[in-house]
Amino acid sequence: MRLLTTLLAASALAVVMAGGAYAKTLVYCSEGSPEGFDPGLYESGTTLDVNVASYEGLVKFKLGTTEVQPALAEKWEISKDGLTYTFHLRHGVKWQTTDYFTPTRDFNADDVVYSFERQIKGTTYLPDTTFAYWGDMSMPDQVAGIKKIDDYTVELTLKTPSAPMLANLAMPFAEIVSKEYTDKLAAAGKMAQLNDEPVGTGPFTFVNYQKDANVRFKANPDYWGGAPKIDLVFSINKDATARLQSLLAGECDVMAYPSPADVDSIKKNPNLTAIQEKGLNFGALWYNTQQKPFDNVEVRKALDMAIDKKAMIAAVYQGQGQVANSALPPTMWSSIDATLKPSVYDPAKAKAMLEKAGVKDLTIKIWAMPVARPYMPDAKRAAEMMQADFAKIGVKATVYSVDWAEYLKTSKPVDRDGAVIMGWTGDNGDPDNFFTPNFGCDAVGGGNRAQWCDKDFDALLKKAQQITDQKARAKLYEQAQVIFNKQTPVSLIAHSVVTMPMSKKVTGYVIDPFGLHHFETVDKSE
Amino acid sequence: MLKYILNRLLLVIPTFIGISILSFSFIRLLPGDPVDVLAGERSMSAARRLELLHVFGLDQPIWKQYLDYLWRALHGDLGTSLTTAHSITGEFLTLFPATVELSICATIFATIIGVFFGILAATHRGGWLDQLTMGTALVGYSMPIFWWGLLLIILFAAGLHWVPVSGRINLDFYFKPVTGFMLIDSVLSGQKGAFVSAVQHLILPTIVLGTIPLAVIARQTRSAMLEVLGEDYVRTARSKGLSNFRVTGIHAFRNALIPVVTTIGLQVGTLLAGAILTETIFSWPGIGKWMIDAIGHRDYTVVQGGLLLIAVIVMSVNLLVDVLYALINPRIRTR
Repeated sequence: MRLLTTLLAASALAVVMAGGAYAKTLVYCSEGSPEGFDPGLYESGTTLDVNVASYEGLVKFKLGTTEVQPALAEKWEISKDGLTYTFHLRHGVKWQTTDYFTPTRDFNADDVVYSFERQIKGTTYLPDTTFAYWGDMSMPDQVAGIKKIDDYTVELTLKTPSAPMLANLAMPFAEIVSKEYTDKLAAAGKMAQLNDEPVGTGPFTFVNYQKDANVRFKANPDYWGGAPKIDLVFSINKDATARLQSLLAGECDVMAYPSPADVDSIKKNPNLTAIQEKGLNFGALWYNTQQKPFDNVEVRKALDMAIDKKAMIAAVYQGQGQVANSALPPTMWSSIDATLKPSVYDPAKAKAMLEKAGVKDLTIKIWAMPVARPYMPDAKRAAEMMQADFAKIGVKATVYSVDWAEYLKTSKPVDRDGAVIMGWTGDNGDPDNFFTPNFGCDAVGGGNRAQWCDKDFDALLKKAQQITDQKARAKLYEQAQVIFNKQTPVSLIAHSVVTMPMSKKVTGYVIDPFGLHHFETVDKSE
Repeated sequence: MLKYILNRLLLVIPTFIGISILSFSFIRLLPGDPVDVLAGERSMSAARRLELLHVFGLDQPIWKQYLDYLWRALHGDLGTSLTTAHSITGEFLTLFPATVELSICATIFATIIGVFFGILAATHRGGWLDQLTMGTALVGYSMPIFWWGLLLIILFAAGLHWVPVSGRINLDFYFKPVTGFMLIDSVLSGQKGAFVSAVQHLILPTIVLGTIPLAVIARQTRSAMLEVLGEDYVRTARSKGLSNFRVTGIHAFRNALIPVVTTIGLQVGTLLAGAILTETIFSWPGIGKWMIDAIGHRDYTVVQGGLLLIAVIVMSVNLLVDVLYALINPRIRTR
């Protein structure tokens, strides 16, 4: 043991003397490997986390909120018809200087036009890739084109007015890449490098990625928002228990996605702190509303009433959440979660309601997701609890689970049997993003796993998409939530709380409601 | 000898084709495709789904996809990953050294300790030492790797701070990989302390990955030794008055080695299977973790290409073991 300590001390000394270590490095234990470094190509949170470290868009979400604020664009105007967005760009923004690229000019309109045009055209420079998030947010249906007015002004034109457009532009897929860098790569026949070695305008400059091991960034000294105080390393570990052990051993300073069962012990640890924030999400049990007897709203309401949601929040979410009354989390504008009639746990009444509806010997298959998500940390446990709850009202439930890819696919079809545990984390902080992909009529057989198409509800969503006045939109979404509550296409379970465990040395970390991880405001005491 | 090797080589061809079919169809038989995983909870229109299937080349007839894959594989091109868009051979070569390094260390660990305890048990047959060694071996063999790994981490890394929790080297050390073998690269980097750090990071994963092979080798060594110790020539050696060490250590052990070498060779498959879990727990950037991620993402090209490469390597190792076996025991090649 003494030998080991001596060796360790010697090696530490050697590193300091060799100057090989960074002055102040924050190590973030992340949950997976980034798929690539081009902000346009991917949409998994793990990949977007590294994108937001080095890139920025025209606008961004104010950290910790869903509010859109200026970033590379200092200000903007929207035409009265809602079809033209004019962005005035920030002057003096430097592109990052790296081992592989030295910029000769500042950020300007050419970069913006290039970054949008490549996604509008839709062809990428790599095989088997697509501008995934751009497509999935239906941008091709909304964006008509972009043009440069002068070096610091661009004009984005839309095909139809789109209320969530600004929020969409604050998402990572709309981040701006350097035209000078891509031109240089294209001329050298090395375009693929854009996905390996990023150059952005963001707070951190990319240094190196060792596949499946770590990603290194250093503070960008030229960052227009002020250089970060730390260098940043993403240390990748898929296993939540092993990540926690790394945090306990001091090998990392911040960890992603703790398992809910560990949160209590983290809070009690004198060296650690766990900051928490209400997540922008909901977890639910999705009935197939096109199948008998679940097409009967009374049956759905009876089942909803039979689920002991408070017990579930205690056992499945380890208390890190609140019962959901609306699909829209209470922190989102237009949400009436707090004022909607709460769901009451009442097995006796539920049983009577089923009898009244003429339903006897009901059996139901409960689909339990095989993966943990912030909105549903342990679906198997949740399914077992529902099974016990349903047994109390004479409903026989079976729990069914398959691997994630199969689950995603086989839970979609309209003729799917049983009820599915699933949920949603918001992309852009807009209510439309919660309703249209999950409960819109067009999403039946797809993301609408309740297979629920209510004409009145759908009409409200469509109407709200077309107007930009937030107050008027909020009214429409309030009406939509009332319909949703009456119809109960899903049994809403919880809006979960997001927990970020970190060393007490870490200060300034702010939780992002969209579930991404930002480090530009973070500092670490030695 | 040459004929023997040629015969063994010829057998490789049908095996290769069989594996190419298996690896191609296995992942496609699982419901859910890369587009489903990409969409996640999200809704996707039929048109968008078709567009993405086209991007991934999955709108082609299945037989055409297979023939394309086989044709390109025969030309050494395994295509690109559907997730990262990188060349599969490139990714494999980046990650494979990490798995090899870990597997070699685990094999050395398992062989030295396993053979030692095997001999110890055989020479103390029926005694408490035999019972204890074989009992422990049985426990080792039945050890769930995930549980065992986490237990060691909690005890020795997070608890006692004797060894690091995960990774291949302390993050304070930073150098570009040259060979991909951290033990070698850390020396080449010239940074003092790097090698020590690399060794420390290897300790727990080596023990975890080596545990099952260790148990198997110990049991195999014991039974091989017992068989040989009962042979006439051992009795003759003893009656000649040779020392106990010469009889067991040289005469008996050399002959007991053959089945033990085979066992070690056969452990390559076990090691690769164990690597999947060990690499996940210890965040070891090797091919085990790579394959598991690829299956989860339904990254068809990585799964089929990766499996093919692994199979070719396992086949080569087995071939090598067969040849080695023939070298050690002339009776085999003349049979």
